[in-house]
Formats: sequence, C-alpha cells, structure tokens
Amino acid sequence: MRALVVDDSRAMRLILKQILRELQFEVFEAAHGLEALERLKQTGCVDLALVDWNMPEMKGIDLVTEVRKLSDYSAMKIMMVTTETEMEQVQRALSAGADEYVMKPFTKDVILEKLGVLGLSAP
Amino acid sequence: MRERSAIVLDAGKEYLAESRLAPVARGLGLSTLGELVSRLRSEPRGSLSSRVVEAMTTNETSFFRDLNPFDALRTTILPQLIQARAKERTLNLWCAASSSGQEPYTIAMVLREHFPQLLEWRVRFIATDISTEMLRRCREGIYSQLEINRGLPARYLVKYFEKRGTEWQIHKPLRDMVEFVELNLAGHWPALPQCDVVFIRNVLIYFNLETKRDIVGRVRKLLRPDGCMFLGGAETTLNVDEGFRREAADKTFVYRLAR
Repeated sequence: MRALVVDDSRAMRLILKQILRELQFEVFEAAHGLEALERLKQTGCVDLALVDWNMPEMKGIDLVTEVRKLSDYSAMKIMMVTTETEMEQVQRALSAGADEYVMKPFTKDVILEKLGVLGLSAP
Repeated sequence: MRERSAIVLDAGKEYLAESRLAPVARGLGLSTLGELVSRLRSEPRGSLSSRVVEAMTTNETSFFRDLNPFDALRTTILPQLIQARAKERTLNLWCAASSSGQEPYTIAMVLREHFPQLLEWRVRFIATDISTEMLRRCREGIYSQLEINRGLPARYLVKYFEKRGTEWQIHKPLRDMVEFVELNLAGHWPALPQCDVVFIRNVLIYFNLETKRDIVGRVRKLLRPDGCMFLGGAETTLNVDEGFRREAADKTFVYRLAR
C-alpha cells in the first residue's frame, strides 16, 4: 500500500513515515497542501493521506477540499493529523471529506487503531 | 513498574493500579493489594513481578478494541437476536469488567447507530466492574484527548460526545443506556437478568483455573439458550468449561451453550 504524509514539520513527517513503513507502506512526503497536490500528480491515487491542518502555502483543510473535487483520488482515505482539537474542526474536516481525525499528540497505537477503523490494517 | 516497563505512575493514578492489580491479587488468593506489594518486595525478580507488569501494561482499554467483536455484534449476533426476540422485544446485555467504560459505550454506540428500532424495545444493558473509582468514571463518561484518539471513529466522536474544557463527555442519552453496577467476578454476584449477550473480555486471564471455571460456569447459567458470550482474543472455554461451544461470527468467534 502507498501513503502520502503531508506536514510542514520534518520531524512529524519522519515519525509518521516510520510508523507507516513498519506496516509495509511505501511513503511519499509533502510539506504543505500545494506540494501534496503536485506529488499526487506524480504518484496517482495513493491508499492513504495523513494531513496536518496548519501549514504554509495551502492548509490541510483546503487540501482535503481540493482533493475531494477530483474523482481520480476518490478511493484515497484521508486522515487529518493535527493539533486542532475543537469539535467544530473535527466536524469541518469530516464535512470537507476527511475519513478520520487524529489529534496531536498521538502514540503509534493511535495511528494503528485508526488505520483499523479505515480498513487499512497491515497488509 | 518504572524499572520493568518504563511506565511511571504519577500521584492520582492510584485507581489505575487498584483496578489492574486487584484481579492479580485475587488470583493468588491475596485479599489486599498491600499483601501483593509485600509478596512483590520479597521476590522482586520473580514471575509475580512479570504478572504485575503485564497487568499494568496490557490490560489497557480503548474504544472499539480489537474491532472484530463489535463487527460481529453488528453483522451477525444482534440481527439474529432481534429476529428471535421480535415478539417479546426484550434484550439483556452484560459487559463484565468494564474498566473505564470504553467497551460498554462502544456497544451502546453500535446499538444506537445500527439498531434504532431497539429504542422501542425493553433493553437492559448492565456494565459491571470491581472498582468503585472505575464505575464513577464510567457513569461520568468523561475521556481525555488521548482516550478519544484511541479507536473511536471521528464520526462517532462528533455524534455522541461533547467537548468539556480539554476533555470529552459522552452524551447523556448514551450514558443513560448503561446501568453501571459494582461486581467482583470472583465473589458474590448481585442479581443479574438472564442474558442474551455477555462481553467478558480480557479479564479471565488474570484468574487461576479454579476461579475461571467458577466464573465461566456462572455465566453459562445466566445465558439464554440462544445467547452468546464474547471472550478476549487470548481466552477460551477449552479445558475450562465444556458446556460451551465456539462458533465463528463474522471475523471472530463467540461462545454459545453446547447442545
């Protein structure tokens, strides 16, 4: 399976990449929403995108909205991974088309359990 | 604990040690946690310390823990029971060793989400635990950010919780679905109704064989003839109670009365 990690923090991308690689995911990275859209043009639809909310250039919520307009990526599961913890933001992310929501800080188990919820357990 | 498992127990976490270690103490025939601590001090490197560490670390709970039992409940067990009870329209569920409440509330969310017709039924849903502190937490239904991060689908968070400061509380209608009752599995049980579904997961592992037999035997007498029991993934009735048979249900197994 293939995943795209979108976060402006290199350390956070590294942590998520490590967790996903242990699950045998091939992992791509982007530092903000615009870069993620560019990366997706190269990779085509991936199985999973982990998307931060607050990033320069294009925010995660705008990336989710944009990606959900594109039918090529309709099979891609999107999980927000963010420090935003208000109910309104969870609702907004789901309405925009995110499938799951993880609040930072998280543990490895949190990611594994959410992948289970999305039907994306270790291949 | 810190030396063996890197887990640090801060002040205020006494209830956690109490709820996790009480079954270990009972399994050894010790009546208090003080006796358990004395035994640990006398043999700090023995097998007991491993059991204590295991109890403190692996007995954790989360929403939708292991997923498959709740899928089986939704796709197989409840549809069968709802059909079988269509005339009497009653259903009794028991969730034993409910800890901080994630398991009973997961079941409550499955009921509310997928079986709205049960609102018109007489559904009695009892959740029990040995710890009064855990029962208080269950009734309150307040969870930290880390707890709601674990296994809870975001759409259920939005639908069944409200934010209170930095924590999250289960909506009152869902809290009202569950009756929380104090019950020591190894001791005398308060009156319980004949049950259609019993969840008794990841708790039998802490008891010796004799106590396991006693508990499973008592569950067998409580189950209705077409009812079923859910055990933890590492638990079985094999060599414990021959009155049960294992049956596949969705991607997991349930235990039914042997015919």
